Amino acid sequence: MAHDEAAAVPVPRRPALRRFLESRNGLGLLFMLPAAVFLLCFLTYPLGLGVWLGFTDTKIGRTGVFVGLENYAWLFDDPVFWLSVFNTLIYTVVASIAKFALGLWLALLLNRNLPMKKFFRAVILLPWVVPTVLSAMAFWWIFDSQFSIISWVLMKWGVISQPINFLGDPWTARWSVIAANVWRGIPFVAISLLAGLQTIPQSLNEAAAIDGATRWQMFTKVTLPLLTPIIAVVMTFSVLFTFTDFQLIYVLTRGGPVNATHLMATLSFQRAIPGGQLGEGAAIAVAMIPFLLAAILFSFFGLQRRRWQQGND
Amino acid sequence: MASVTIDGLRKSYGATEVLHGVDVDIAEGEFVVLVGPSGCGKSTLLRMLAGLEHISGGEVRIGDRVVNHLPPKDRDIAMVFQNYALYPHLTVAENMGFSLKLSGVRKAQIAEKVRPAAEILGLAHLLDRYPRQLSGGQRQRVAMGRAIVRDPQVFLFDEPLSNLDAKLRVSMRAEIKNLHQRLKTTTVYVTHDQIEAMTMADKIVVMHDGIVEQIGAPLDLYDRPANLFVAGFIGSPAMNFLNGVFGPDGVTLADGTVLPVTDAGAAKAGQQVVYGLRPESMALGGDVPLTVEVTEPTGAETYVVGQLGGAEVTGVFRTRVTAKPGEQIGIRIDPAGIHLFDAASGARLSH
Repeated sequence: MAHDEAAAVPVPRRPALRRFLESRNGLGLLFMLPAAVFLLCFLTYPLGLGVWLGFTDTKIGRTGVFVGLENYAWLFDDPVFWLSVFNTLIYTVVASIAKFALGLWLALLLNRNLPMKKFFRAVILLPWVVPTVLSAMAFWWIFDSQFSIISWVLMKWGVISQPINFLGDPWTARWSVIAANVWRGIPFVAISLLAGLQTIPQSLNEAAAIDGATRWQMFTKVTLPLLTPIIAVVMTFSVLFTFTDFQLIYVLTRGGPVNATHLMATLSFQRAIPGGQLGEGAAIAVAMIPFLLAAILFSFFGLQRRRWQQGND
Repeated sequence: MASVTIDGLRKSYGATEVLHGVDVDIAEGEFVVLVGPSGCGKSTLLRMLAGLEHISGGEVRIGDRVVNHLPPKDRDIAMVFQNYALYPHLTVAENMGFSLKLSGVRKAQIAEKVRPAAEILGLAHLLDRYPRQLSGGQRQRVAMGRAIVRDPQVFLFDEPLSNLDAKLRVSMRAEIKNLHQRLKTTTVYVTHDQIEAMTMADKIVVMHDGIVEQIGAPLDLYDRPANLFVAGFIGSPAMNFLNGVFGPDGVTLADGTVLPVTDAGAAKAGQQVVYGLRPESMALGGDVPLTVEVTEPTGAETYVVGQLGGAEVTGVFRTRVTAKPGEQIGIRIDPAGIHLFDAASGARLSH
């Protein structure tokens, strides 16, 4: 009995702060604080402010008041807004598909034993390395209504008789900016997929060759399925980059002609800063969120480890 | 089943020739092991049989077909790779049936072919698993299963056991040999491990630097190695080599020790020779002096490393050796373990 009583005497409790600092969770929380502050200041605050602004009639130079869904109701009836949604979807879908197809093709080419392999791999990265504004200006010249090199070549060949008005006509302007975006985005897709291809052992293709697969079957039944996890990551990022693109359009067309190339990002900026309607611009930006969420959800499900990826190596 | 004929086969990468004309005849149903140190060209040779490497010169025939220019899938062969090369995104059953699926065989028929192969290999309960969920030995079996399902003319194995641990390697060795006895399919097996070669082969092809050094049954190679390379490569521990001069009394070593020779063969008096001595042909109780350096008792046998005529030799004794390091013991040499080679060419002199 005496022994039990001795054990029951409570150990003197240490001060609360000390206990907190010495506990695993307390210390962890402390270490995460800097990152949390950073995220709050530079991510949560601007995002929250943007969402809030979307519910006000703030203009530049005037603090706004809460107006509820008025901005959204206004946008709902605004054909220019709907045009920008249409443009953004076309831009994203067409450019992403093109970037995927061309990037995969390029990656497959680079994965072969070409002479000067390293040189080509470095060159491929150039469009990605060059600042967007710079490459956009180059495209601005390429698409110039009078001095375009494309028009010049086609005219020399006798295909056309007068220069193409690349950025002057709504549909040619759309295709032109898409082409510029694809040019710029291919390196990211190609190099990432190349990295993925190099994780696939050569012996798998050899085994497939012995098993009787044609080149096309090796690609569809071995290479492509093994590449899907990487394709999911790469294309999610590519879609997000494309959907939120701003610089290229702003340098090339500023949304013209007649809003034919206005994306949601450029329209939001146009209305908010030069137009001064901060509330309305913010509402357009907030309207992008559902689309981006959809893309993230797609990646969430696409990135889940497939059954064959589970287990040890 | 088919025979395989390799006739004057050459391979070069650019200006570098790695196979300098290899001739091997493989009979129907034979289990042939290509063995040699790394870089000897054995894997290249196998890949040329498979059609994965271009043939620079010579001819490969499977049965009576010249297959030099046939793609792998038309050669009617199956290959087991060193890293197994299982398709990670397919189940065991799908891996095994992949070749049938490619050739458009119906699902029910594929299952009919996969099941017996899986049963032979003890994989029947694993058919729905993915390769990642299997152990090394199980993956190895799936790779063999994939080969069996194809029912090919020739099996090719490229160092299939080198990724397994020592214990598993021994049991898989027996399993592969057993499998060959059941299926009787012509098999070409590449390894760098002479023990694997000795235990599994009907016929061993010893390769070195892109040429064939010797072809023969395992024990023929052991008993009558054609040259110094084969003598040193086959057998574990390796044969001891002692340099000396051949004379009427035997071989005189550098320090004057004279070793007996019963089968001089083509050796001439005064010729510089290499006296090859199998470690296991030594026994205690003779008049050849051996200065003990290290003794390694393993229970059944005792390994003794010591100095004989100024060179280091290893002996394997069936009896227990109690001599301490530095002591001299007298040994007796079994004439069957003595091989004479020409010092200059390395060619065998004994009959």
